[in-house]
Amino acid sequence: MSAIILRDIYKSWGSFEALSNINLGCEEGKLLVLLGPSGCGKSTTLRLIAGLETPTSGAVEINGKDVSNLPPVKRDISMVFQNYALFPHLTVAENILFGLKARKVSKPERKKRLKNAADILGLEEFLHRKPAQLSGGQRQRVALGRAIVAQVPVCLMDEPLSNLDAKLRQEMRQEIRSLQQRLGMTMVYVTHDQVEAMTIADKIILMNDGGIEQHGTPEDLYNRPATAFTGSFIGNPPMNILKSNPEIVAACGVDMPENFAISDLLIGVRPENIEVSKNSGFEIVVSATEYLGADTLIVGRSNDQSITLTIKGKATIPMGEIIRIGWSSKDTHLFSASTGKRVETTNMGEQS
Amino acid sequence: MKPMLELRYWNHINGWLLVLPAVFMIGLFTHYPIGSTIYHSLFSTGNAVHPSVYTGLENYSLLMEDDIFWKVLKNNMIYSMCTVPLSIAFALGMALLINRNIKGRFLVRMSFFTPTVLPMIAVANIWLFFYTPEYGLFDQVSHFFGGSSHNWLGDPNSALYCLIVMVIWKEAGFFMIFYLAALQQLSPELREAGVVEGAGGWYYFKRVTWPLLMPTTLFITVNAVVNSFKLVDHLVIMTKGGPDNASSLLLYYIYENAFSFWDTSYAATLTVVLVLILAIFTIIQFAVVEKRIHYQ
Repeated sequence: MSAIILRDIYKSWGSFEALSNINLGCEEGKLLVLLGPSGCGKSTTLRLIAGLETPTSGAVEINGKDVSNLPPVKRDISMVFQNYALFPHLTVAENILFGLKARKVSKPERKKRLKNAADILGLEEFLHRKPAQLSGGQRQRVALGRAIVAQVPVCLMDEPLSNLDAKLRQEMRQEIRSLQQRLGMTMVYVTHDQVEAMTIADKIILMNDGGIEQHGTPEDLYNRPATAFTGSFIGNPPMNILKSNPEIVAACGVDMPENFAISDLLIGVRPENIEVSKNSGFEIVVSATEYLGADTLIVGRSNDQSITLTIKGKATIPMGEIIRIGWSSKDTHLFSASTGKRVETTNMGEQS
Repeated sequence: MKPMLELRYWNHINGWLLVLPAVFMIGLFTHYPIGSTIYHSLFSTGNAVHPSVYTGLENYSLLMEDDIFWKVLKNNMIYSMCTVPLSIAFALGMALLINRNIKGRFLVRMSFFTPTVLPMIAVANIWLFFYTPEYGLFDQVSHFFGGSSHNWLGDPNSALYCLIVMVIWKEAGFFMIFYLAALQQLSPELREAGVVEGAGGWYYFKRVTWPLLMPTTLFITVNAVVNSFKLVDHLVIMTKGGPDNASSLLLYYIYENAFSFWDTSYAATLTVVLVLILAIFTIIQFAVVEKRIHYQ
């Protein structure tokens, strides 16, 4: 059963259309990530679910109930904000219990839930401190604590890790994931970081320009990108999207689909799938190399196109050298040049 | 060792040199006048015939027996205790009202702020008309509803309260600006978190907005208290402290003694009392209240 459903959502401010035709569902107990570049409408979508914005048209359902016209407090949700939204003059304990007091939960019950949340999050020692006396990670935990004590089935997170440094971000995202699984929460999580999305999500919704680009598991998005945008957004370094020409088609050995001229296609290939070969493939001129430790990033040019590939370990290729590259047909993704949509052929891509 | 000592020595000299301009100005214009006032309060007022002589605390014992002094002091207390909390309450109310997206917010904000821009003398003249018996604004409204006319400023029972109403009208707009600035510093994310957590308007105000506004409230309170003792321009225009000192305030009484009755020593004595009152207020506000305030 889907815990959260958005049906035909449109949202506009004046003549600016922020969201159009959003349809999505999040199953109970699953973690759904809304992913996309800034300005794509992912935060607006989350705020619509929370009830902080109202859609211009369309309906929001939470746990089988149409909540489109209900205020946030009646939607049985909790929310973690980007800047944590902790009340600076209240202690950690008061911050965590703020909502329970507002909803007049009894004192013993409040005490029990506070203890439980503090246990889970390791906040026992900090309950009497003010937010200013906490580190970024601890503040994040307090914000999570507020979501936990609410004991509501749905938790919404708006870029919760964007204010933390890289190392802490990795720790916290694992913690959030395990917390979500342990407590069986239904979680909608907004981020612009595709690594975060890939590692944490059950399902990802990739958004672009106020619309949904693709909805699927992290593997779906990585292995079978539905559009050229998805291909280039997911994965690091991003997928190469090349204008097709006979030389490239020959290099990857993919069968050309019918009804498409070669020039109507874009060819997508991930840097990690490209191999350097001695005598086959097509030629590129190396224009830059970046040594990353585990592997080396090589940027080359062929005609007017830039191509990125990675090879294991350290590679020393002087700039200006010509190398030959190729990749297997199963690692090739074809997209229509006019619509950006994926084009299927017989021997392309990983068949699921 | 020697260069170290020299360095410390120069650090001291440097520090003193840096604060010297400020110390000089404050000394000349604040501390010296206070000292001089206290000194003069211990002498009789001299004139061509009787030169000023040292009289010790005689001026102070005169003051204790001065019915008018006690009356203006009581007036001033009533005046402060009405104008300070009420102008703060109105200021906060107005700031909360225009801190949201309402239509014509700009106009409302401007009209709230206008009284502040007007000089006190002009405001006093406007209100003098409002309070005029028979054809003043209030009496005209009262006539319209069949009421009788009232000599607002001429009645000892209403004169002081007439001034209080006017001062609140004048000051609230000014204090509103500070509250508005403070409100706009509050993160909208906090309000949204409050909404999601189920905090209603009043609960949120009580637990979040009001505590976070406390630094502003303290600042405004200090200003309002000081204003209630130092602003007397309107008295000159509207009542001259009358009738029968019913609307006179401490500073106006000092002014009368110094420049109408030319009793400068007694005026100095009254000034010492005024400075003491203000000092006590300030100490209470900063020493006691400030400790309970959360500063971000």
